[in-house]
Amino acid sequence: MAQKAIREYDAKSILAKHWDKYFPDFTYAYETVMVQNGSELKDEAKSKAWLKEKTLVAKPDMLFGKRGKNDLVLFKDKKPGDVSLATATKWIDDKSSKEQSVYFSFDGDTPTGDAKVDMLTHFIVEPFTPHAQEEEYYISATCVGDDDMLYMSAEGGMEVEEGWDDKVTEVAFAITDTEAEIEKKIKANIPKDVAAKDKADYAKFAIGFFKAYRELNFAYLEINPFVMQGSKIELLDMVAKLDDTAGFMMVDEWGDIEYPTAFGMEAKSPEVIAIEEADAKTGASLKLTLLKPEARIWTMVAGGGASVVYADTIADMAGIDDLANYGEYSGGPTTGETKFYAETLLDLMTREKDPQGRGKVMIIGGAIANFTDVAKTFTGIIQAFEVYAEKMKEVDLKIYVRRGGPNYEKGLKDIKEAADRLGLYIEVYGPETHVTDIVRMALEK
Amino acid sequence: MAQLFTRDTQAIFWNNNKTAIQRMLDYDYTIKREKPSVAAIVAPTSNNKFEKFFYGPDEVMIPLFKTTADAKAAQPQADALLNFASFRTAYDVTMEALEVGGFKSIMITAEGIPERLARGMNESARAKGVIVIGPATVGAISPGAFKIANIGGTIENIVQSKLHRAGSCGLVTRSGGLFNELSNIIAINADGIAEGVAIGGDRFVGSVFIDNLLRMEANPEVKYMLLLGEVGGTEEYKVIEAVKSGKIKKPIIAWCIGTIAKHYDSGVQFGHAGASANADSETAEYKNNAMRDAGIHVPGSFNDIPEIIAAVYHDLHAQGTIKDIKEPAMNICPKVRRSKEFICTISDDRGEECTYAGFPISSVATPDTGKGIGDVISLLWFKKQYPKWATDFIETVLKTVADHGPAVSGAHNAKVTARAGKSVVESLVTGLLTIGPRFGGAIDGAAKYFKYADDNNLDPKAFLGYMKKEGVPIPGIGHRIKSLKNPDLRVTGLMNFAAANFPKTPLLDYAKTVEALTTSKKENLILNVDGTIGILMVDMWRALGYTENEIDEFIESGTLNAFFIVGRSIGFIGHVLDEKRLAMPMYRHPMDDILYDVPEAEKL
Repeated sequence: MAQKAIREYDAKSILAKHWDKYFPDFTYAYETVMVQNGSELKDEAKSKAWLKEKTLVAKPDMLFGKRGKNDLVLFKDKKPGDVSLATATKWIDDKSSKEQSVYFSFDGDTPTGDAKVDMLTHFIVEPFTPHAQEEEYYISATCVGDDDMLYMSAEGGMEVEEGWDDKVTEVAFAITDTEAEIEKKIKANIPKDVAAKDKADYAKFAIGFFKAYRELNFAYLEINPFVMQGSKIELLDMVAKLDDTAGFMMVDEWGDIEYPTAFGMEAKSPEVIAIEEADAKTGASLKLTLLKPEARIWTMVAGGGASVVYADTIADMAGIDDLANYGEYSGGPTTGETKFYAETLLDLMTREKDPQGRGKVMIIGGAIANFTDVAKTFTGIIQAFEVYAEKMKEVDLKIYVRRGGPNYEKGLKDIKEAADRLGLYIEVYGPETHVTDIVRMALEK
Repeated sequence: MAQLFTRDTQAIFWNNNKTAIQRMLDYDYTIKREKPSVAAIVAPTSNNKFEKFFYGPDEVMIPLFKTTADAKAAQPQADALLNFASFRTAYDVTMEALEVGGFKSIMITAEGIPERLARGMNESARAKGVIVIGPATVGAISPGAFKIANIGGTIENIVQSKLHRAGSCGLVTRSGGLFNELSNIIAINADGIAEGVAIGGDRFVGSVFIDNLLRMEANPEVKYMLLLGEVGGTEEYKVIEAVKSGKIKKPIIAWCIGTIAKHYDSGVQFGHAGASANADSETAEYKNNAMRDAGIHVPGSFNDIPEIIAAVYHDLHAQGTIKDIKEPAMNICPKVRRSKEFICTISDDRGEECTYAGFPISSVATPDTGKGIGDVISLLWFKKQYPKWATDFIETVLKTVADHGPAVSGAHNAKVTARAGKSVVESLVTGLLTIGPRFGGAIDGAAKYFKYADDNNLDPKAFLGYMKKEGVPIPGIGHRIKSLKNPDLRVTGLMNFAAANFPKTPLLDYAKTVEALTTSKKENLILNVDGTIGILMVDMWRALGYTENEIDEFIESGTLNAFFIVGRSIGFIGHVLDEKRLAMPMYRHPMDDILYDVPEAEKL
């Protein structure tokens, strides 16, 4: 996926790093730390005096919003703005010590939908910034369709979402717009509710903000709210996504960036991480998502499109409860890469027997390849079979193969022979069989 | 442009991707194209001039260039760029091609080009009216006319899927693998495709579904279309709009894959980077329903696509919209082919009589043909028929350089070797091996440096300054005894010939201004015979229409020296035969002619 969410702390750090380039007329103190527990916060306080000298705000920094409504923003002990380092430390230790429920949608202040339950592991701590409501503003940018959109509002804070159409000014920019055109459009569209004294500054800030969004390859950038006190800016809350395909150009600009898993999503398993690492090293494509590792149907499908079609078909015919994974190998992986991918899957699918006592199913599917050598990739799968044959038999694994493309006759013949030799159950089909028909066959057994 | 490609379309292939290019040529041969579909290859880091490929059982050479601009200049008719650069450089390659101009379509294969760059690139192309296919695509095909790279897979699969000749379906997909699959399904259930495009899997691709479908609507060969969409994005709605507004009247069969995505959070990415639903209207299910409501043929699931294709095809066939196709004759690519170890482009001894660049030997050999050794050289060295003034000049040069007496080092070596009892050929090569930067090399050097000065508009003074900085005496200037007052008659002869026969002599004219300056410093710093030959050769080639680059290559490859080698061989052989005739004994150099200065070696 090209667009990846980053932590608020990282978003602020990137802007702070390039602050003088984009916001030369403004100052930003960049007083912010990210910690995983209370003792880390105490350690930070040794080098960052403001943590001891100022009152603080603390909140989880784990990609989800609505932290206020989930009562996960610490800004008061007895009254707003009185949170000391000790209180913040204790609060973070408390919140990180047990699982927390987080709701993602609200109707007014009432949560709707199910809560996600997970541990809180990352917190951002900043000074409490006393300010007037009218000093709060909203700004965000993203790409919609072919255009970049800039959203500006005189009203910061979470109220923005209620009454978007009334409060937010939207400006669209073509990718080819020049800096002069961008500046002109922004200046002409400053929300009318921005205080008269702030209008010129808001425009300047918005221009810098939009430039930073474009040039630093953000896919989404939102500050809600920021506080503008003359030339002094505070970034109270930020949400950002990066276009990670630009990573190779942004090594220095972004610094060391982590793309965390969403709260409540299971942490990536070592197997998924291993596949991601292998993918990063090859010109081919290796992708793996674990949906339900204890489920009985596993797919090893070549090609991005075909992998979706197989998943669709399994969901249609068997429902998603039986689908263990989603993924693809494509773009002409080597025999070794394919072997590694197959071994990773075989390892996962042979760990436990099906709780209902059914046999497991492995769908080795694919469309008619354009250039991937089927015999070569199948050699990798066969080598993995040789390693896992005994375990495969233990979970009563049945293999269904369908593939076409360069050298497919040899590939199909080889894999059939290997499975027979190893005593594995296998059915093998070529392009004369409809691409997803093996799903039906597997389910009928 | 109703058709994406025709049988005449030729491509410039950026990156020497041999397998993909070979697949294109196999396709060309199979469908009996007149010209190969790849006209040139851009390979920035290669020093080769061409790459060999099979064309059926034979081999052809496709020229290699360092830049797109060079390739386009050499092959201006090639109007498709197949950009096989990596995701790091694909953007630059596309932008450069747009700058160079003259491309109707650019196909980009790289996956994961930074989104902002992809958007900029797609927009720039759109503004210039260039169709972009991709990024992140396997390409497009106009069956029976032109196929991009690997699309369609192996030649066996292509024939199996009837991609070797035009059918009646217009096929547009995101996925490349499923493109192939659908081609096969269409071949089985209908009569194949008329044109097909895999638009690419990245979020931002150049030409989208609607662009391709509108072109197909205008293409009379396309009778109905098949669109395979994906979860995510809103491009399908543009198609729905076009159907509703009547812009598209031909029947469309459509299906969006990724119906499974509704079961999971947005955190699970199904399919390509472009495939992620940000709103209900972007889900596969929603889009499938919307298309069905608009009157598009939407099956119940991917599994039902074959049936619906068959139904639409048979309807159109029954109406007479689709006629039966007469299967065209095709070539069969041999399964086993062996690459040739050697290449020869100058002569051919396979026929009745050996030919020199297409001319039987008998047609240039005997006096009645009116051809001389200059003609033979022009055929065998340059693969061209030079005009008479040029072949006369070549012969004049050969005669002029044939010998320069026994004392010059080459002749001396030949004589010493002959006296050691060695054969003619051994003695000759000993003499020839002396030819190089100091002996005979002044012809090369003069051509090189005078041309450099002229190309860079250096006035004589600046040229002298440049040579001083290089630390090289000017090649072709200076004679042991001859001077302006006592001219070298060989030089006079060459210059007179050129004045009378060359269309013009710009480099010689320039060299004379240099000579005027050097002789003002010292009497004997005249343009000598080597210099005059080198310079006049450049003038000859310029007058014959060679580009400056080609002339530079002649100089670099030592062609000028070759004239000296051939000419002087005549003299060397004369000296060797002379020694044999005189039966001269073994030569030993007199010791009193050697300065001996041999201190004892130091101990280290």
